[in-house]
Amino acid sequence: MAGPDIKAPAYRTIPIIPALQPDSMAHLKCYVAKENIQEALGFKGKLSDNWQETHDAVIARMGELLKKYRSLRVFMDSCVHCGSCTDKCHNFIGTGDPKNMPVARQDLLRSVYRRYFTVAGKLFPALVGARDLTREVLDEWYNYFWQCTECRRCSVFCPYGIDTAEITMAARELLDFVGYGQKYSNEIIGKVHKIGNNLGLPGPALLDTLQGLEEDVKDETGFDVRFPLDVYGAEVLFVTPSADFFAEPHIESTIGYGKVFHAAGISWTMSTKASEAGNFGMFIGSYDQLRKVAMRVREAALELGVKRIVVGECGHAWRVAYAFWNTLTGIGAGAKDPFAIELQKQLDHRYKQPTHICEFTWDLIQQGRLKFDKEANDHRIITFHDSCNVARGSRMGDYAGGQFEIPRHVIRAVANNFHDMAPETIGEKTFCCGGGGGVLNDELIELRVKGALPRMEALQRVVDDHGVNFMALICAICKAQFSKVVPYYGFKSGMIGGVHQLVSTAIKLGNEQ
Amino acid sequence: MNILIAILFYAATAIFVIGLMIKIVEFARTPAPLLIPTTPGPTTASGVVFRMFREVVFFESLFKGSLWIWAFGAMFHFGLALVVVRHLRYFVEPVWTWVAILQPFGMYAGFLMVAGLGGLMARRILVERIRYISTPSDHLMLVLLLLIGLTGLGMKFFMHTDIVAVKAFFIGLMCGDIQPLPVHPGLYIHLLSVAVLMIVFPFSKLLHAPGIFFSPTRNQIDNPREKRHIAPWAAALEAKN
Repeated sequence: MAGPDIKAPAYRTIPIIPALQPDSMAHLKCYVAKENIQEALGFKGKLSDNWQETHDAVIARMGELLKKYRSLRVFMDSCVHCGSCTDKCHNFIGTGDPKNMPVARQDLLRSVYRRYFTVAGKLFPALVGARDLTREVLDEWYNYFWQCTECRRCSVFCPYGIDTAEITMAARELLDFVGYGQKYSNEIIGKVHKIGNNLGLPGPALLDTLQGLEEDVKDETGFDVRFPLDVYGAEVLFVTPSADFFAEPHIESTIGYGKVFHAAGISWTMSTKASEAGNFGMFIGSYDQLRKVAMRVREAALELGVKRIVVGECGHAWRVAYAFWNTLTGIGAGAKDPFAIELQKQLDHRYKQPTHICEFTWDLIQQGRLKFDKEANDHRIITFHDSCNVARGSRMGDYAGGQFEIPRHVIRAVANNFHDMAPETIGEKTFCCGGGGGVLNDELIELRVKGALPRMEALQRVVDDHGVNFMALICAICKAQFSKVVPYYGFKSGMIGGVHQLVSTAIKLGNEQ
Repeated sequence: MNILIAILFYAATAIFVIGLMIKIVEFARTPAPLLIPTTPGPTTASGVVFRMFREVVFFESLFKGSLWIWAFGAMFHFGLALVVVRHLRYFVEPVWTWVAILQPFGMYAGFLMVAGLGGLMARRILVERIRYISTPSDHLMLVLLLLIGLTGLGMKFFMHTDIVAVKAFFIGLMCGDIQPLPVHPGLYIHLLSVAVLMIVFPFSKLLHAPGIFFSPTRNQIDNPREKRHIAPWAAALEAKN
């Protein structure tokens, strides 16, 4: 494990753009998925020994993707190399490797696109930066498309809205297609299909964990807060990332969710089948996998007869739930086709389907159905990190930007001390934690530490200026990533926690119902 | 020579129009299976029109991204727009009033355009990151545009040409009646560069012009929970099970 040798880069006194350090991250390569992992997802097991075969398969598949995804088609053609995105990626800022500049990352694929799919690239490759697909190019794709966290920060600043995440997803799909998948993501997706969640926690273990949690909360508070599993006829199906069942600090938020349902007196259940909100199908760019993983939630909702679906604290899961579930599974409203209507007629459309837990809690707060002892959080001076997929890939509430305000409203309702980080590092311009998009593995720890630099700089400033000692999050990956990397920057892991951890601390369980 | 230039312009126009149409049809017909607007984004169709307007006219995202590129890019594009309007006088008789009114502005816009191009070129050469991502074609595109701008300005301010004859040539060209062009090296370079620009348009990064209108992160409505959005090929998956 590379862990202990990695050093955090120094803070930039003035946030200047780093000088280019070509190939400084070329050595970083995550483990390749074994044949059984690949084949379980319907991908080719491993790269063919015959290069020509791989070459032809990649090009043919690229042609198919160009016909399936307008994003890819338009983004391949539209870039003018203006440079607006070049200094926006946290992984470039942290590493200085020019191939971590969004446009350069895109060009790894675009150069091949030009060579095989454009007249200019076929006739004058050198002139337009087109190149043949070689084994070296494929390896370069593997290295650098697995150094993108699909956080979409670059897309905010692109005059044509080119989203590198879309291109990364396409590249990863091409790699999977020819048997060059990433072990970490593909193994996890396999676990979801086989067991029901990313962590491979089987039903009985889950039940045991939740019962243990009930006992802990009883001991601590004296109240019978329930954490129900597979209860037919509950009003709410609650879907959360599986890390919430036992990882630290995730579990603290889980306790918070339970307390909110308890205090509001709303019946709820979790599901063994849908014991995972995360959906790594998005990370690998596979519509098929994205859909298969999401279908579990639809099936659970139908089986349990629930009226509402609420999603726990998880960034990419919320993007998938908010933006993709209606498309993939019919969880939402406004459908006209029988497939989606089957579920939609069951759901209660007085509520947004699906609902984010922060929307859910904020709604209850506004109705006066939750009471808090805000002083209980007075030992904390809090800041909030906008998770990338929530910030730039989803929404909360009825208006654009609700995803920034609602979590802050919740924090301010349960705590007295709150300070935002610098405006250019939050909201739509928020920096990725450095662990999203399928890079949260040990092999990439060097990238994770370095990529966290811009967020750590912003955090350091509020720590210095306001004495901040708690960074609140609504993402399981952010929680895991920060808990691991903040010590490299001299912070304590304990300063990382969920928004519903704060809710949990302050909520009064006795006064209501 | 006149005939050659006439043929060149017929060909360039055909390639420009047909090439662009093919590309636009291709963009339009490729499905967008998932809703991927960069949020916070508009939640209504009129909101999307307004967002697109801000992007196309004010380069809103670029403004957020880099003031330098925005400033040079805006100078070039606004300058070019006015210059193009000014050139309409070579194609219509009588000249439309609004085109006539904009004539004097169009003249200065030529300087604005060239200055913007100069700035973009300087960035491309001087800034290490942008130099790294630049291909030869990126530089040549700027050279081509500069050539057009400089020869145009040259003819306006230094080496005049017979613009009445130029107008007669283009009016004639539009109805298949080839008139003589004045013999003028600046004019030849100017026209040749414009023809080259039209020819490379559908095959180059100039496709950003139609591309922006089809960019899903900018042209989609952020309403996934309210409306089901599904592409035909994705709906076909549902039919299977």
